[in-house]
Amino acid sequence: MAVKVSMKVNGKPVSADVEARTLLVTFIREHLRLTGTHVGCDTAQCGACTVHMNGKAVKSCSMLAMQAEGADILTIEGLAKADGTLHPMQAAFKEHHGLQCGFCTPGMVMNAVDFAARHPNASEQEVREALDGNLCRCTGYHNIVKSIVAGSKAMAGAK
Amino acid sequence: MHAFNYHRPSNVNDAAALAAKSADSKLLAGGQSLVQAMKLRLAAPTDIVDLGMVKDLAGIKSDGKTVTIGAMTRHAEVTGSAEVKKAIPALAVLAGMIGDRQVRNMGTLGGSLANSDPAADYPAAVLGLGATITTTKGTHAADKFFKGLYETALRPGEIITSVSFPIPKRAGYMKFKNQASRFAIVGVFVADMGNGVRVAVTGAGPCVLRLAEMEKALGAKFAPESVAGLKVKSDGLNSDLHASAEYRAHLITVMAKRAVEAAMK
Repeated sequence: MAVKVSMKVNGKPVSADVEARTLLVTFIREHLRLTGTHVGCDTAQCGACTVHMNGKAVKSCSMLAMQAEGADILTIEGLAKADGTLHPMQAAFKEHHGLQCGFCTPGMVMNAVDFAARHPNASEQEVREALDGNLCRCTGYHNIVKSIVAGSKAMAGAK
Repeated sequence: MHAFNYHRPSNVNDAAALAAKSADSKLLAGGQSLVQAMKLRLAAPTDIVDLGMVKDLAGIKSDGKTVTIGAMTRHAEVTGSAEVKKAIPALAVLAGMIGDRQVRNMGTLGGSLANSDPAADYPAAVLGLGATITTTKGTHAADKFFKGLYETALRPGEIITSVSFPIPKRAGYMKFKNQASRFAIVGVFVADMGNGVRVAVTGAGPCVLRLAEMEKALGAKFAPESVAGLKVKSDGLNSDLHASAEYRAHLITVMAKRAVEAAMK
């Protein structure tokens, strides 16, 4: 069954006729060709597919594109400024070597940006708990946590 | 995922009518269990009735005696609600233990109850507090709502609209979670209602269940030592790759003790 879906992705209105069973992540990657959002486990455990829907981190492999009708979606491609200046959280990941192979990074960064916006002074322990839904198979958590603690401070400072 | 007909009603009556029309229809709330089940083809509904745009199904109200939560209220809203934290802190804590941050931003109270996953957290609070489930067809007492593995008293086309939780004197929830899925291997909700104690266990049986012996012991004296020595029989408890029935029985006592400790804080 083909249905029409419309939403805003990274500030731009988009709409398309899709099959109703299209997942949001499929819509983002295959219809919009924004391949920064990754599919890792495809079973809602790894968080590589994390995007923001109306400012909240969600797993785009665990929802239909239709569930994002009318929503504001932000993907990893929408974080940096138009001139290429990295978002403070991206800059912190770069500075603190918060990535190894990089596969989980988009999801880590998107979850971290949402978390940091709500918990500006989070402790290392709180950051670790907030990463419950994001897996890194290089097991590089230590630097990811360091990056998020630093990125949170940078985000709070940039306000 | 198999193809399906997609419906997006804007009010609950239309949703109920659409859901009742097809025998193999499914209601879509947050979709955190259903979408995954459909991807694995464990569920293959002919029709999906998306409740996402249905008005007036989300929200939290408290009147000093009960806290009423709309069926489409997301877990993140419940765990972050000042009203819930004040009236029933254990409920806010429980909602904050479901899945992970991303799942909590999508998953809903009504969806969790209608699904009645044997390892879900919310059923423990609903049964533990003796909540009332309001639907498009009336109300259900928690004690008569959970019928078995993924089975509830809901009839086809019946939609949960809200849940009213009586405010306890004190309550606590503790769970031993599966590290990968974050589901409860065993979760115990303990509530001192003032006129009696209720103890509900999730993760251990086909669906959430109460423990009369523990309720009696805690009713006589609400303290961790009242349950610490109580051995739970493993007959009928779940046994799977995560934990044997015997281990789950052991965990029930440990989690119950910790839940009482949490309630007394």
